[in-house]
Amino acid sequence: MARKLNMRKRYELLTRGLGWEPTYQPREKVFSNETYEGIKITDWSKWEDPFRLTVDAYWKYQAEKDKKLYAVMDSFAQNNAHLNVADASYVNALKLFIQGVTPLEYAAHRNFARLARQFGGEGAQIACQMQSIDELRHAQTQIHTISHYNKHFNGLHDPFHMFDRVWYLSVPKSYFDDASSAGPFEFITSVSFAFEYLLTNLLFVPFMSGAAYNGDMATVTFGFSAQSDESRHMTLGLEIIKFLLEQHEDNVPIVQGWIDKHFWRAYRVLALVSMMQDYMLPESPMSWKEAWEIYFVENAGALFNDLGRYGLRMPRHHEVATAEAEHLSHQVFGIFYNYTHAAALNLGLPGEKKMDWLSEKYPNTFDKYYRPRYEMWAQMAKEGKRFYNGGLPQLCQVCQVPMAFTEIGKGDPMQFSYRVSEYNGEKFHTCSDGCKDIFDHEPEKYVHAWLPVHQILQGNCGGATIPDVLNWYHFQPEDSGEYAGSADEIRWKAMHGKAAESTQDAA
Amino acid sequence: MSDNKVFMIFQDTADARPFIEALTQENPAANVVHQPGMVRFEALGKLGITREVVEELAGREIDLQEMHLTLISLSGNVDEDDDYFRITRH
Repeated sequence: MARKLNMRKRYELLTRGLGWEPTYQPREKVFSNETYEGIKITDWSKWEDPFRLTVDAYWKYQAEKDKKLYAVMDSFAQNNAHLNVADASYVNALKLFIQGVTPLEYAAHRNFARLARQFGGEGAQIACQMQSIDELRHAQTQIHTISHYNKHFNGLHDPFHMFDRVWYLSVPKSYFDDASSAGPFEFITSVSFAFEYLLTNLLFVPFMSGAAYNGDMATVTFGFSAQSDESRHMTLGLEIIKFLLEQHEDNVPIVQGWIDKHFWRAYRVLALVSMMQDYMLPESPMSWKEAWEIYFVENAGALFNDLGRYGLRMPRHHEVATAEAEHLSHQVFGIFYNYTHAAALNLGLPGEKKMDWLSEKYPNTFDKYYRPRYEMWAQMAKEGKRFYNGGLPQLCQVCQVPMAFTEIGKGDPMQFSYRVSEYNGEKFHTCSDGCKDIFDHEPEKYVHAWLPVHQILQGNCGGATIPDVLNWYHFQPEDSGEYAGSADEIRWKAMHGKAAESTQDAA
Repeated sequence: MSDNKVFMIFQDTADARPFIEALTQENPAANVVHQPGMVRFEALGKLGITREVVEELAGREIDLQEMHLTLISLSGNVDEDDDYFRITRH
């Protein structure tokens, strides 16, 4: 019997010599997307995936991951384990996750399939094929896991429909559409490097650890199962950057521009995650700021140190993002509190224990800027005047977040941050220098943004009243509004009443 | 501040145990952080394991790529072969 080949050899056989030089059509027609972004590739054979995973090993391990995950999901359902989460308010984090993140996984699946077709090198093709399949697996396993919660809680019933229409979901959607409508090299720089390598740890690691902390073993399992693929994807992100930079010096300024742009785009999407982490987990193992320090400041600092030899520097405005870490989750929560009546989530003000935790984690900002606001809102609610904002907010033309962020980068957190650009005689508003730079670089792209508030005002969203719009979003009336007294809370209490009774019966 | 920090994060499960123990044994300078559901290893410049050690700890033959089942995240440049797995940063 032949001796088993070593890993290097096995990977080489998989990724070299499988491609061929086309003869019926010129190569530039076969790989028609490869040159128009200005990227120069001189030798695809220099591509090397650091994880030398062959197809047979890939299937074996992915099958094993799914087997483990489905065993947990089965036992979760069989044991009614949704009863064991810390509190039903926790499920709101899952609502935001399936509405805003799962559709991104599906979009990533489609885009990596496109990359696998459009890249001219076999090594890159195979890495992108595997990632395409991974992303589909993530979308499926998330839908499958969360479908159990959909039997018992509101707001989880139609995430893909919501993703295409709802105001706060246009934040992740517009980011991903931005990347998807770019060329293949910009897409992979955006998603694999700026999003996955630089920032995805912030989404999956502390949040999933938070799920563990709050007793949600099904979510921990799909989250960590997805993240186990993610470590491969992040490595791909780093590899593609190094590959592009090594191929030609002309690639350096192009790649730097994409890193600047997509770091800021992806960071603005993660504003939603900051709220999930600090406000939607009843028990939070780590604050947004702590996670930012560990997974961005330290990690990206080391990374760009490493990449400095290729002429890359840290993404523009990273220092603003770091300064904002003290404020971000509170400002986003403030936006959602204003518009809870128009979100498929049930949010409430943090309780005393949570406020104390926030004071401890945000000693420079929480008591000074945010606690007094919540105390005022609590007082208003007590007097029967729970504040809901009846107006529609101005949205940033680029990130599409309502323009409620403040001038933290300039040291003035009490001043709203607005920027304005002119293009073809019209004014366009952005929320920050980061978003304004992006707009000004490609105004012809961003003037086409589908801004949910503009669309509502133009009459394209089901009607002129909030109930009309919510109906067009496929929201049910009980999906929205304050958590206290919500259908979810009532059902949660009833479940526990019943669970207690049946335990007594059994005894 | 560390400018060449690397990390690896594993699920805190029985399947990950031989990898977690091998990392602990082979990287005595690493900082080990336990958080709900996971274990994070941080070190300056380098983290690595060898197959021999993992096999000894598991008490069976191991393909190091089995770590894909329980690895949550990592940061650094990967160098992988049949007998070792390393991440480095200079």
